[in-house]
Amino acid sequence: MSTHPITVHPARSFKANSHDAVNDPHLRKSFRGAMDFLMAKRAAQFPDHNELEALRSLGETVRQRCLAKLPQLLEKLEAQLTANGVKVHWAETPEEANAIIHGLIAARNGKLAVKGKSMVSEETELNHYLEAHGVQAVESDMGEYIVQLAGEKPSHIIMPAIHKTKAQIATLFHDNIPAAPYTEDVDELIQLGRNALRGMYLKADVGISGVNFAVAETGTLCLVENEGNGRMCTTVPDMHIAITGIEKVVEKLSDVIPLYSILPRSATGQAITTYFNMISRPRQPGEKDGPREVHLVLLDNGRSQAYADEQLRKTLQCIRCGACMNHCPVYSRIGGHAYGTVYPGPIGKIISPHMLGLNDTQDLPTASSLCGACGEVCPVRIPIPEMLMRLREEAARDPEEKVPHPLAGQGAAYSPQLARVWSLWRTVYSRPALYRAFSWLATRLRVFTPRRQLGWTVHRTPLTPAKQSLHELVRQRQSSR
Amino acid sequence: MSARDRILGKLRAAAPAQTPVEPDVAGYYARHTLQHALPARLAHFSHMMRAVHTEVIYTRADSWPQALAARAAQAGWRHVLLAPNTAHGARAAQALQGLATPPQLKSYDRPIDDWKAELFHDVDAAFTTTRAGIAETGTLIVWPDADEPRAMSLVPPVHIALFDASRLYENFYQAVSTEGWANGLPTNSLLISGPSKTADIQQTLAYGAHGPRELIVLAIVPDDIDLAELEAAQ
Repeated sequence: MSTHPITVHPARSFKANSHDAVNDPHLRKSFRGAMDFLMAKRAAQFPDHNELEALRSLGETVRQRCLAKLPQLLEKLEAQLTANGVKVHWAETPEEANAIIHGLIAARNGKLAVKGKSMVSEETELNHYLEAHGVQAVESDMGEYIVQLAGEKPSHIIMPAIHKTKAQIATLFHDNIPAAPYTEDVDELIQLGRNALRGMYLKADVGISGVNFAVAETGTLCLVENEGNGRMCTTVPDMHIAITGIEKVVEKLSDVIPLYSILPRSATGQAITTYFNMISRPRQPGEKDGPREVHLVLLDNGRSQAYADEQLRKTLQCIRCGACMNHCPVYSRIGGHAYGTVYPGPIGKIISPHMLGLNDTQDLPTASSLCGACGEVCPVRIPIPEMLMRLREEAARDPEEKVPHPLAGQGAAYSPQLARVWSLWRTVYSRPALYRAFSWLATRLRVFTPRRQLGWTVHRTPLTPAKQSLHELVRQRQSSR
Repeated sequence: MSARDRILGKLRAAAPAQTPVEPDVAGYYARHTLQHALPARLAHFSHMMRAVHTEVIYTRADSWPQALAARAAQAGWRHVLLAPNTAHGARAAQALQGLATPPQLKSYDRPIDDWKAELFHDVDAAFTTTRAGIAETGTLIVWPDADEPRAMSLVPPVHIALFDASRLYENFYQAVSTEGWANGLPTNSLLISGPSKTADIQQTLAYGAHGPRELIVLAIVPDDIDLAELEAAQ
């Protein structure tokens, strides 16, 4: 059986999407409110600035050490998990990952999968793939469930349904859950969702989850959550398939401790999440629950491209807390959908080009004022603004130019005209005589300055030189003393 | 060449030559671990637990079964799941059976596959022990086993957790390092910090999202700690 891949390029519509988003007052209001709420909650978790900075540095060092040893750690993780009875699979592309997962479900003739939250499975559009192959995949995280019922995609990596109002969710549940009354009471809505999903856990053939940290030392998959749906998906069905990116491996169990300490505080401003679920084995003889089969799918999907470049490798330090988007003035104004990528906001702008190529994502690194808030709050100190500048450079680079680690889509935003202007400017600026002649001419012929000045005049009024150059004015001032 | 070999090949070709800086996790926690005496630790544990809607009941080693029975009578649970083969499970069963209207006791004596629907629909509360606690975050450490399987602390709407308060660590690091977890973990190990919850609808907090709506901690406090002072310390 094969399906034709549908090629869509949602990130290419970023400019149009963001234009629509900033003109939607309801969306603006709900994101503004939610982001203010999350920023205040995070700030309250870190009353001691020194502790925060020390913990960020520790988190950064842990992640960098793990990335420096990434190939060895992946092999160690595989060996340890295999010894524990967990089967490890490798996928370079989303298509490969989907085929592996479907193969595992099909082998036991599974028809229903319940899913815990997994952004990596959003990358692979796993639900869509499974539906096309006759397997129903039900999202069980409340936010993801709401978004799935609405036929939408998450607009935030931690709070997927942040763009939805109570009234919209009330209508969705009333229309989609059998016998559900219309109610805008949040407790009642959650109970409706709880009961509907409990029915699914009972029937499901397989549970699918993401992974927050995969520990090489012990062969342990760690899942962070509040709701308990992740535990349901990894405890009740007879098969558990976890999917994660290759960068999620950590070397030691003790590495997890500072990362788990800073993750929920940065993400939702909680001291800790309700559950920290550590899975090391399938059900053992004598044990009465838990899946008899556990699988881990390790996905590359462009991560090895980021890994190849020393600077861009830092992208992979990310622990997916979402603090960068919560603090981003662009994200809080346009929301998550405008980006057209699985990962929105600052982290999305620096990771998506590796997953999708710069041809589809060239506008994303430019959607930043480089205010630096994302880098300041990042719990593992990813220098996101530097990454944005680097990706802008790679997008504008001559596609023919040979570099040690070319990015997919290098030169997507390359303009020969603009390149010629800069080349000319370089010549003028590095030769004093030429520069003096240029500035004399530019000031004297200022009335002839072109009104259209490439990118500059797209959003700004044209530049007009002064009557005299600064050099001339200074000379006059000095001689008049 | 397999996907595995291609991925590892790409990573190996790019792996940095210089040895990375070794993070000093132990040093960090040596500097940032509080050294409170047990009463202060316990008061903080309860403060954190109660802040997320956990009910903490202070009790003693000899009287906790009565505390459990009293709580059960108050709630009117009709079906309680426990592990009668364990010492604590047997004591709990005895106390519950002594009630005027005792609940029906169930035990997890067969694989989940054989009684999934009953477990989901016909258990009001489950009683389990815990391995230890963490004061900093208000957390229980639970290592499910054959007697008290994973679903006991997850599926029933109420989870009553028996907690020996003398086993209260300052933080997660202290628990992992003292107990040598790096040498081997069980099939499943858990940190539980409150009842199941979500804020996925308009950031409004709601309890009982998928797991227990209520978490009740029966904290066995050593006899030398005064219970009234402990309550007042919070």
